[in-house]
Amino acid sequence: MIHTEHISKIFGDKQVLHDVSTVFEKGKTNLIIGESGSGKTVLMKCLVGLYEPDEGSVFFDNRNFTQMPLSSRKEVRKELGMLFQGSALFDSMSVIENVMFPLKMLTNMTYGQRVKRAVECLSRVNLRGVNKRLPAEISGGMKKRVAIARAIAVNPKYLFCDEPNSGLDPRTAILIDQLIAEITHEYNMTTIVNTHDMNSVLGIGDKVSFIHQGALWWEGDRHSILATDNAEVRRFIYANEILQHFQPTDNPTGDAESS
Amino acid sequence: MKFPGHLGEYLLLMGKVLQRTPKRKIFWNQVLDEFVELGVRSVWIVFIISVFMGAVVAIQIAFNVDSPLLPRYTVGYITAQSIILEFSPTIMALILAGKVGSRIASEIGTMRVTEQIDALEIMGINSASYLILPKVIAAMLANPLLIILSMFVGIFGGWAAIFLTGVYSAHDYVFGIQSWFESMQVIYALTKTVVFAFIITSISGYYGYYVSGGALEVGSASTKAVVNSCVMIIVFNLILTQLFWA
Repeated sequence: MIHTEHISKIFGDKQVLHDVSTVFEKGKTNLIIGESGSGKTVLMKCLVGLYEPDEGSVFFDNRNFTQMPLSSRKEVRKELGMLFQGSALFDSMSVIENVMFPLKMLTNMTYGQRVKRAVECLSRVNLRGVNKRLPAEISGGMKKRVAIARAIAVNPKYLFCDEPNSGLDPRTAILIDQLIAEITHEYNMTTIVNTHDMNSVLGIGDKVSFIHQGALWWEGDRHSILATDNAEVRRFIYANEILQHFQPTDNPTGDAESS
Repeated sequence: MKFPGHLGEYLLLMGKVLQRTPKRKIFWNQVLDEFVELGVRSVWIVFIISVFMGAVVAIQIAFNVDSPLLPRYTVGYITAQSIILEFSPTIMALILAGKVGSRIASEIGTMRVTEQIDALEIMGINSASYLILPKVIAAMLANPLLIILSMFVGIFGGWAAIFLTGVYSAHDYVFGIQSWFESMQVIYALTKTVVFAFIITSISGYYGYYVSGGALEVGSASTKAVVNSCVMIIVFNLILTQLFWA
């Protein structure tokens, strides 16, 4: 479980995050949603320690990550896996070398053990026959799969996914979502997915946190989000023309339930 | 950002570079890879430039120093001195700053904008040390060897030019090279080379590491890396010369 207490982040004179306190539960896919520029990515970067919050703390299973010395943070980071928006695969390494990389750096496995584990992870994300290829030689969907395989190679307790569907066709996007949800439940990880894709929200959102103007505006799950009367959330989800057909008509404006 | 800001950020980065290294075996494998990339792959350009520069220096001196009052070995002596003291360590460092510096800044800068550096940090790896330190060590080992090659090839280029054009006696040229040779001059040249190698790799690493934006910013960082490396090479050339000979 990961929880945050009163996270705030300021860049220059712009406050990007305002007092965000929430809980991301273990064994669930926790989605952070919101419009572009709402502060989702900054929140995720604060969670993983790429940005230092100006106020507040992040706790990994009640360990205060924000207050930890760097040496202790390194130990926590070994328990993290992250899927980046652009996959962030190492260009100069082949697919299998990318997956083996965290094993090489963070474990004492032999070369044979590393290869075995990397092949297992690539099989788990349904990727076969591309081990020797370079990232530039595979498709965007394949890159995401390799990035997931790399993220799960060291059996992380926490998985972070920053817009895993960006740049993918709808069918591949659904497959990637399903893969993330399956892996989360299979390994009982705490998964946090940053997205603005409503297909992801409705497909895999065990818990959904809506960020608006840097503040946590609404929390619920994929079942309750369509019925919410929160005006900002409704504006966000019913921006999609297809979803507008499912929009309840009894309270179209709704009342804000800012938390 | 102004110069003091850059200097502070650069020093902080260097502190991070020296803080924690990856596993020793991985580190030395990286150094070997970088030695090939930065050193071995620069042999050809060093060879070509040195041989022609040596030839031009020898011919220029032969045509301009033709007073009967000067001893006949003057051309060989001045050519060797020019090549050992300045041309090989300093001019080659400026050329390597262009070749190696732009490569380092664009490689690390691209890794930054494509979040590969963030990926390293998430894994708990000291990205600055992992990416920059092997390049610094490899260049500090490879560049002295390149400069020794440059000295030999430059002097040979001078001899070849003298021999082939017949503007001067090749025998006197060889005698001039051997006259008043001081090993301290080579030590001075190699010391400069090691310092310049550190300057090129660390400054280029700094500009690449702190890129933000996209392809345009990576290109801009690459240019700044080369320009600032060249400026610092010239400044440190003066400082080191003063320290050695003053």
